[in-house]
Amino acid sequence: MDDFVWRALLAGAAVVLMSGVLGVFLLWRRMAYFGDTLSHSALLGVAIGLMSGTSLNVWIMLVCVLVALLMLYVQHNPVLGSDTLLGIIGHSALAVGTVALTFLPEVRVDLMAYLFGDILAVSMTDIVLTWVLAGVVVGVMAWIWRPLLSLSVHAELAQVEGVNTWRISAVYMLLVALMVAVAMKVIGVLLLTSLLIIPAATARRFASTPEMMALLAILAGVLALLGGMLLSLQLDTPTGPSIVVVASALFILVQLVRPSGT
Amino acid sequence: MPNTFLAKLEHISLGFGQRVILHDVGFEVYPQSILTLIGPNGAGKSTLLKVLLGLQQADTGKIWRMPGLRVGYMPQKFHLDRLLPLTVERFIGLRLPRHDREAVRQSAEETGVIGLLGQPVQSLSGGEWQRVLLARALLGKPHLLVLDEPGQGVDVTGLSDLYQLINRLKQQHGYGVLMVSHDLHLVMAATDQVLCLNGHICCSGQPEAVSRHPEYLRLFGDWRTAGLGVYTHHHDHQHDMHGCVIPHKDNSHG
Repeated sequence: MDDFVWRALLAGAAVVLMSGVLGVFLLWRRMAYFGDTLSHSALLGVAIGLMSGTSLNVWIMLVCVLVALLMLYVQHNPVLGSDTLLGIIGHSALAVGTVALTFLPEVRVDLMAYLFGDILAVSMTDIVLTWVLAGVVVGVMAWIWRPLLSLSVHAELAQVEGVNTWRISAVYMLLVALMVAVAMKVIGVLLLTSLLIIPAATARRFASTPEMMALLAILAGVLALLGGMLLSLQLDTPTGPSIVVVASALFILVQLVRPSGT
Repeated sequence: MPNTFLAKLEHISLGFGQRVILHDVGFEVYPQSILTLIGPNGAGKSTLLKVLLGLQQADTGKIWRMPGLRVGYMPQKFHLDRLLPLTVERFIGLRLPRHDREAVRQSAEETGVIGLLGQPVQSLSGGEWQRVLLARALLGKPHLLVLDEPGQGVDVTGLSDLYQLINRLKQQHGYGVLMVSHDLHLVMAATDQVLCLNGHICCSGQPEAVSRHPEYLRLFGDWRTAGLGVYTHHHDHQHDMHGCVIPHKDNSHG
């Protein structure tokens, strides 16, 4: 196999590892919209980075973290809090980012690469960055797993029982923001949420514990990655969407299978 | 009796926008004593619990909690998302920072749900679920149990068992209990104090006294003459603060 295939698989593996661990909570907490708003906003980071001629990664992360903090604030202020507002933030950022990119005559921007990902073009630096972040995400998630699970079940109950729900929530949302920033290269801003949601939903069918569901979500993500890569290389289809196609097919397939335990 | 209370609220007022939810409400919760909040829907009962628990900020008033007070909270009935696979044992165990199998079993034993520990939470009936919630509240050696409509979704035969259980737990462990209830006739038999809330405190005291109080009869009707107390209230709350006859300061400790 060629080098670029290995690089793609390495980067992809780190991304599905993160999306499996983070995605299950996105499902349990019914926060799918959160993934969308964040990933759509990432394009604004790309535009700022290209326009200022500085590091893209830094700007994408910065924008994602800022949007996550904004959303955290919105979540805790019910007067403002609504899916509508979050939809406005995400789509505005996406639109502004796209428009801004077209005003960059000196840079040839491959918009498709940002919208749908370009996993075959990841560099060694990307891989290292992605794996470092994957390590951070898995480590921190293991650390906050129990309180985060408790607040996902019932936030007020968890709070009365001594969980600092605000802090734990903030840490989780920041992790998702960082994941979005690095996963964008692999899967693109438009389909990023699907990588968080679909493997986790697939895993539910066979999981009897929360931890098992996360592990199975990672497994489903890996299968989608391998299948998507194969599909993309064989049929010369765009890789990001191919991975999502396989993930969806896996989800549908699993629904047809009779569950063993639960 | 004074100064031994677990928690005390004084002159609590709270509104959302123009709407007054609570007006000048105060009470104390004592160990080994059950205080039941009754009142029509929208009377501010759950809000009042949340103020005590620190989940909701009051606009004015004072909240005092015994230093080091451990609270077991049973929120209003809720549905756990089907997407979250969780057994009853895990659910109860989440109360503690680390899973303690033995403590979970003890707690489940007390509320009679030990046989359900391996079940997925989503498979429970209404009555089972409430007992599981109660078992979780008991974990962690609480001083005070705060129960928000423990009888919700429980069938009639299960109800009186549940209130007896709460009463027994109070006697065995000396818990202070603060609960919201709609099951008037059953609660009256198993509570030490009743506080009738309708934005303000309409009346309070021992159950016998409260059930004869004109303000109570106006709200709930006379269940003794109506046979079994079916929960109906004839009062559409108009925030008529002057209709409040009895001040909350204690006509009860006679």
